[in-house]
Amino acid sequence: MSTTAALDKSPALQKQVLTLDEATVRFCGDSGDGMQLAGTQFTNTSALMGNDIATFPDFPAEIRAPQGTLAGVSGFQVHFSSKDIYTPGDTVDALVAMNPAALATNLGELRAGGILIANSDAFEAKGLEQAGYKANPLEDGSLQAYRLHTVAMTKLTRAAVNHLELSQKEKDRCRNFFAMGLVFWLYDRPLEPTLRYIEEKFGKKPEIAQANTLALKAGYHYGETVEAINTQFHVPKAKLEPGTYTSIVGNTAVAYGLMAAARLSDKQLFLGAYPITPASSILEELARHKNFNVLTFQAEDEIAAMAATVGAAFAGAMATTVSSGPGIALKSEAMGLAVMTELPMVIVNVQRGGPSTGLPTKTEQADLYQAIFGRNGECPMPVLAASSPADCFDAAQEAWRIAVQYMVPVVLLTDGYIANGSEPWRIPKYADLEKIPVTHPAPGASGEKFLPYTRNERLARPWAVPGMTGLEHRIGGLEKQDVTGNVCYEPGNHEHMIRVRAAKVEKIVNDIPPQKLDGPPSGDVLVLSWGGTFGACATAVHNVQAQGKAVTHCHLRWLNPLPKDLGDILKRFKKILIPELNLGQLRTVIRAKYLIDAIGLNKIQGKPFSVGEVVGKIEAVLAGDTTSTHDDLANWDYKPPTKVAKQSANQGG
Amino acid sequence: MSVDVTLPVLKPTDFASDQDVRWCPGCGDYAILAQMKKIMPTLNIPREKIVFVSGIGCSSRFPYYMNTYGMHSIHGRAPAVATGIKSVRPDLNVWVITGDGDALSIGGNHLMHTIRRNLDINIVLFNNRIYGLTKGQYSPTSPLGKKTKSSPMGAIDNPLHPLSLAIGCEATFVARSIDTEIKHLGEVLMRAAKHAGTSFVEVYQNCNVFNDGAWAYAKDRDTKAETTLELIHNKPLIFGKNRDKGIRLNGMNPEVVDLGKGISEDDLLFHDEKATEPSLAYLLSRMRHVDGFPEPIGVFRAVDRPRYDVAINEQVEVATKERGVGDLDKLFNSGDVWQVA
Repeated sequence: MSTTAALDKSPALQKQVLTLDEATVRFCGDSGDGMQLAGTQFTNTSALMGNDIATFPDFPAEIRAPQGTLAGVSGFQVHFSSKDIYTPGDTVDALVAMNPAALATNLGELRAGGILIANSDAFEAKGLEQAGYKANPLEDGSLQAYRLHTVAMTKLTRAAVNHLELSQKEKDRCRNFFAMGLVFWLYDRPLEPTLRYIEEKFGKKPEIAQANTLALKAGYHYGETVEAINTQFHVPKAKLEPGTYTSIVGNTAVAYGLMAAARLSDKQLFLGAYPITPASSILEELARHKNFNVLTFQAEDEIAAMAATVGAAFAGAMATTVSSGPGIALKSEAMGLAVMTELPMVIVNVQRGGPSTGLPTKTEQADLYQAIFGRNGECPMPVLAASSPADCFDAAQEAWRIAVQYMVPVVLLTDGYIANGSEPWRIPKYADLEKIPVTHPAPGASGEKFLPYTRNERLARPWAVPGMTGLEHRIGGLEKQDVTGNVCYEPGNHEHMIRVRAAKVEKIVNDIPPQKLDGPPSGDVLVLSWGGTFGACATAVHNVQAQGKAVTHCHLRWLNPLPKDLGDILKRFKKILIPELNLGQLRTVIRAKYLIDAIGLNKIQGKPFSVGEVVGKIEAVLAGDTTSTHDDLANWDYKPPTKVAKQSANQGG
Repeated sequence: MSVDVTLPVLKPTDFASDQDVRWCPGCGDYAILAQMKKIMPTLNIPREKIVFVSGIGCSSRFPYYMNTYGMHSIHGRAPAVATGIKSVRPDLNVWVITGDGDALSIGGNHLMHTIRRNLDINIVLFNNRIYGLTKGQYSPTSPLGKKTKSSPMGAIDNPLHPLSLAIGCEATFVARSIDTEIKHLGEVLMRAAKHAGTSFVEVYQNCNVFNDGAWAYAKDRDTKAETTLELIHNKPLIFGKNRDKGIRLNGMNPEVVDLGKGISEDDLLFHDEKATEPSLAYLLSRMRHVDGFPEPIGVFRAVDRPRYDVAINEQVEVATKERGVGDLDKLFNSGDVWQVA
């Protein structure tokens, strides 16, 4: 097996090539080291080679935390495989550490015997001290459990680009390309896609383009020539369903899904949004595509973004807003107005760690209560969640379909993990997507009073749009009389309207497909999950199924309402395990609705589940464990953490 | 009155909805509603193209009483709701009806940003210097020392002056009128409706239940000639029962002078509503009765500036012209793609 890179090969060196089913690589360094770029390039190249991929970018909230500190470490993990994969991998096979802080924070993820590539130039006194090392770990024998390759990346990069008219800083900035080149060689990946990227990105700055190209090739050649690295790995193509693929991140898929939904319903797309991590890139993506009849309104705040979305919906557009938990909190009042005025729109919450500002760049699933319950009054809203980056495309369309069918605002939950993570997306043909029909009432007959709150069989009211003669009407946040829409304070009418609004949401069960199960229809354990934990749960269930266990996976798309047949499904299993990245929010809902004593596997660390964690809990439940992770906190024997990490006091958020 | 032949001729009563008006008897809001209904048929705009948006407060019930499209939204957010409406439907004639609490307190941020964007909408602020709907707490325009239920020892917040704020945000149309000056009010609303850009109109409005007489000095037949000054474009600032007083600039400061005694009209400040720089309009908005000045009414400023509702749609047109109508299949396949057979 040989590499496909167009490089001069040294015939003198014969290195062995090992073929692997899959591998996981993590690039980590300072947040200014270009690790996200390295990871993205490696991902795209692997995808182009036909591997299945799953990625996990992990970066700090600070744009530039103090250089070399633990707080400033940025990482990007790529799992690539010749088989179907759903997660970015529990452990890392090869770790690239650009500085001591990156090593200190990421070494725990590297498997025993894994490859460790460290930029030895960065392991000097100051860097070591910042990372909390008393001795240089590259030299003190503490890394014997790994296949350590110390590479003087800074010096080697400088040597490669030395002749160019660039500042020292600019030269050193090419280091990530050197690291990429080395890892590209290690995993037998071609350089062409990255060379094309360099050409596109830096074409207008030929010196920089040349420097990056030289650094990339220097890294590749280094791998090829240096004797210490004697094995190259090859991961063959995966067997994916036939079709055309591209690698997509969740936020782009949301943007594409919304754009598709607008066109499928013959509507202008209006996005009212305020920048917030990790949702901003949806706003940015849509702002690029104005020629698709997309209007993006960057509002003065989250409240205005939501209020303008309500206004645009009233005026007849496909109105949407995107945000994250703290932003949704601010939008809540206007979301209530949307419920009261019964206007269709899509509200996307890319969940992040909370409460308050919380962990802006980290993932969590703790906004489920907020989505279902988080408004004043009896204020039901349909809630669905996307399960993976590519699934965001379908989920966005489904959200809009339900919104117009029922004349309701719909909440779509994603999370930081799937928003920034990528996977191969089998690109659909637009013509194959299901149309989303929208109807508006025709002009009213002269002298006939228009009744804005009449209803069809789904209890949806007519979407009468300004500009139509004879349909002039007034709506608002005050309670309405059914049928006429006039302000009405009658006790009986209020209860009737509360019931109408709740029934509208409940009736959605009639338009969502029966719940799919992965595994036998009955058995010992049902793993019930929702949202971005799909990959870890699916993989974990497949693992225990392979051991012959009677375990089934049930992944919910709709959280409100829950599918019609879910109650029956739950009864057919001895134990229900609900893994969630929160304290047990779906578990509470399931327990309340079905009176079933579900078990919770809960993790609130700003990180996704590893497959191993879920497998471990399934096995424990099979063996009789009925405890939930954070149950009975009233009797918790609190102890302060034994080790309180030394951190700079002025960290932002 | 010029009426497009294709439009039915409407009367003010055609703009009355079937809802009973529920403001307190004697409220200044009635006069504003009556003037609005009166100017509507003269605007040459089909009724179905008109939208009234409001927030929360007494004034915000306004949309329910107009037989047009309307939304009674939530507290302070009407400018943002209107922004959404006008952005996607620039063909609509959009009005925001608000009050001093709604616009300046809870909704201050939206007001500021809507004005600076200069969407072609009309904002009418009913200023009664009190919270009426919540039954009598002080508002952001209540004077210092104002004793109310929530300020029994007197308000200690320095009041906001709506027009100063609007001019600070570089509003392109700024005007003031008084609920009882119905002819003037009608003319100002008409000018606001015709202005292309955000029109901001403050109306001195009496709350006869919780703050009766707050504007007595400016409304009273006996005092108003001395306490108000009608602004007319290109005319000197003259006021007084005998029109014998004027406003002269002394350096950067206005001063009240008596005409005659060596001072002629030519020495006075001439009003220029078209001035590009908002400084003079701002100076006029700072003239207060309490400081011995007449308070100007009329149009302070009326200038042209690009409009957000036009620009946001122009970008779509330009993008479409340059790149063609977006092709989703092309977009989806625009990155690095690979085939699996």
